[in-house]
Amino acid sequence: MTALATSVPVHDDVDPAGPRRRPGRRTAWLPTAVLLIGAIYCLLPLAWVAAAASKSGSSLFTTFTFAPGGDLLANFREMSGYGGGVYWKWLLNSLLYAGVGGVLSAFVSGLSGYTLAKFRFPGRGVIFNVLLAGVLVPGVTLAIPQYLLLAEVGMTDTYWAVLLPNILSPYGIYLARIYAAAAVPDTVLEAARTDGASEGRIFGRVALPMMLPGLVTVFLFQFVAVWNNFLLPFVMLSDDDKFPVTVGLFTLLNQGQAAPALYSVVIIGVLISVIPLIALFLLLQRYWRLDLVSGSVKG
Amino acid sequence: MSTAVTGRSRRGTAARGVPYLFLAPAIVLFALFLLLPIGYAGYLSLRKVKVSGLGLGRNSRKEIFAGLENYRTALADPELWGSAGRVLLYGLTLLPVMLGLALLFALLLDRPRVRLARFSRLAIFLPYAVPGLIASMLWGFLYLPAVSPFTDLAGWLGLPEPDPLTGGSVFFAIVNIAVWGGVGFNMIVLFTSLRAIPGEIYESARLDGCTEFQLAVRIKIPLLLPSLIMTTVFSLIATLQVFTEPLTVRSLTNSISSTWTPLMKIYRDAFAQNDIYSAAASSVLIAGVTLVVSFGFLRLVQRQAFGGEDR
Repeated sequence: MTALATSVPVHDDVDPAGPRRRPGRRTAWLPTAVLLIGAIYCLLPLAWVAAAASKSGSSLFTTFTFAPGGDLLANFREMSGYGGGVYWKWLLNSLLYAGVGGVLSAFVSGLSGYTLAKFRFPGRGVIFNVLLAGVLVPGVTLAIPQYLLLAEVGMTDTYWAVLLPNILSPYGIYLARIYAAAAVPDTVLEAARTDGASEGRIFGRVALPMMLPGLVTVFLFQFVAVWNNFLLPFVMLSDDDKFPVTVGLFTLLNQGQAAPALYSVVIIGVLISVIPLIALFLLLQRYWRLDLVSGSVKG
Repeated sequence: MSTAVTGRSRRGTAARGVPYLFLAPAIVLFALFLLLPIGYAGYLSLRKVKVSGLGLGRNSRKEIFAGLENYRTALADPELWGSAGRVLLYGLTLLPVMLGLALLFALLLDRPRVRLARFSRLAIFLPYAVPGLIASMLWGFLYLPAVSPFTDLAGWLGLPEPDPLTGGSVFFAIVNIAVWGGVGFNMIVLFTSLRAIPGEIYESARLDGCTEFQLAVRIKIPLLLPSLIMTTVFSLIATLQVFTEPLTVRSLTNSISSTWTPLMKIYRDAFAQNDIYSAAASSVLIAGVTLVVSFGFLRLVQRQAFGGEDR
């Protein structure tokens, strides 16, 4: 952990058509076919929801699975109007929980990871190990005690109840520490100290920008974790104005048992809720430093 | 923020308080949202409500110390054991299938002369962006015989209609949702570590006539071991807390009980039955088992994989 690597391997191009590929040879058909079957399996439910979102409530159960219908706009209007537009509120809430939670988490992880990588102080090893042990504590078993505690101070059913427990990310701190060790050279810090910069300034102006690519990864991880989280908001919130889209759609699905007409609202709601994250992924793919996760960056 | 520090910083070492100040946000959050809830759950698990008289008056319900009674009740509860056994079976089915597929896909992506690899990689990774709840809804609908493409397929082939939501097959229906959601992420992690292995390692092996299959088994898989261990530990932790998928599919079928997994039972105890004390005791038990299993696994594989190494 103490060895100083000044350069971080860059994996901008993870396309398999890299240098390892020998040009002009025959296609490996079997591996190609196996991968394509995997791809079809993974796309299948998404293809279905795209087709089903355009079907009316009755043709949903009568027409062929992947045959599209002609009611996309009608379904969309019905969903938008449901409960006075509450669906859009849910989507915004999800964005708020995941976006704010992700940024705060990346900042706290960055600050902690930087400190653990770049300072020598008594208790450093203990603090790191204790924080890291948090990874192994099943987050979901925490949700109910967290609810009971927040209920004691009257904070359940508020935005804070979902935001605050999501800021600390032991895994984010671990990643940030590895990245800080590899990407922030000690000599730069020493130079800044010699120039008389305060420690807060050194972190904000020198270390933070250097750690940015790693912190984008921490942000993305936490964004996805919060966006995909169901139990915590499900336990914490009772007012449907504060629901994230996962909890909102779950309550709709349950009402659908009694009123199957709601299923078409649920299905187009599912389709639209999936779009932002997929777009985020396709856009930010290049900044997603997975070599951090697989331990390929040695701190 | 820490201007008082500058005087000492000139000498090139940071003031003593700075690291602790910088770590304060993480430590405070850790204490408030991790240690405190764990401690509180532990405290609650040792208490119970004593109802005196008819349980009507204001002081008739009192919280008292219960010792290990809640634990005894939990451990004697066949529902908890049933759900724990189900999750064990679920993990033993899910982990090999999901991680095996992830490893297979990663190795195939890393092979030369594979076409459309970029497309396949993205498509297989895409489910990671879909919340477990949404994935369960998507598959849940696809399992409904009136919606399922497999009903049509079976019809064409003259086979009996499959109904994944009834009886024992609902177990595999849930496993399939988790495989779908997890295979892509694990594949990407393994693939990324494969790409980090310098290509020269393979060159000499290829010159010696090593086939791609031998290369994968003899060289790549051993080098992937640390990443495989890590993905296994994370998948293990996620498996033990399975909750969202069965809860969601439950909205579409009657074959899943409200105590199908340990976490569902805890949820029911705490919220539907308002018995937070026994829910706390079961939470502590589950958290304990998770810690023991994941630590135990780490110790076991580390001893085997890195026996002589001292890290």
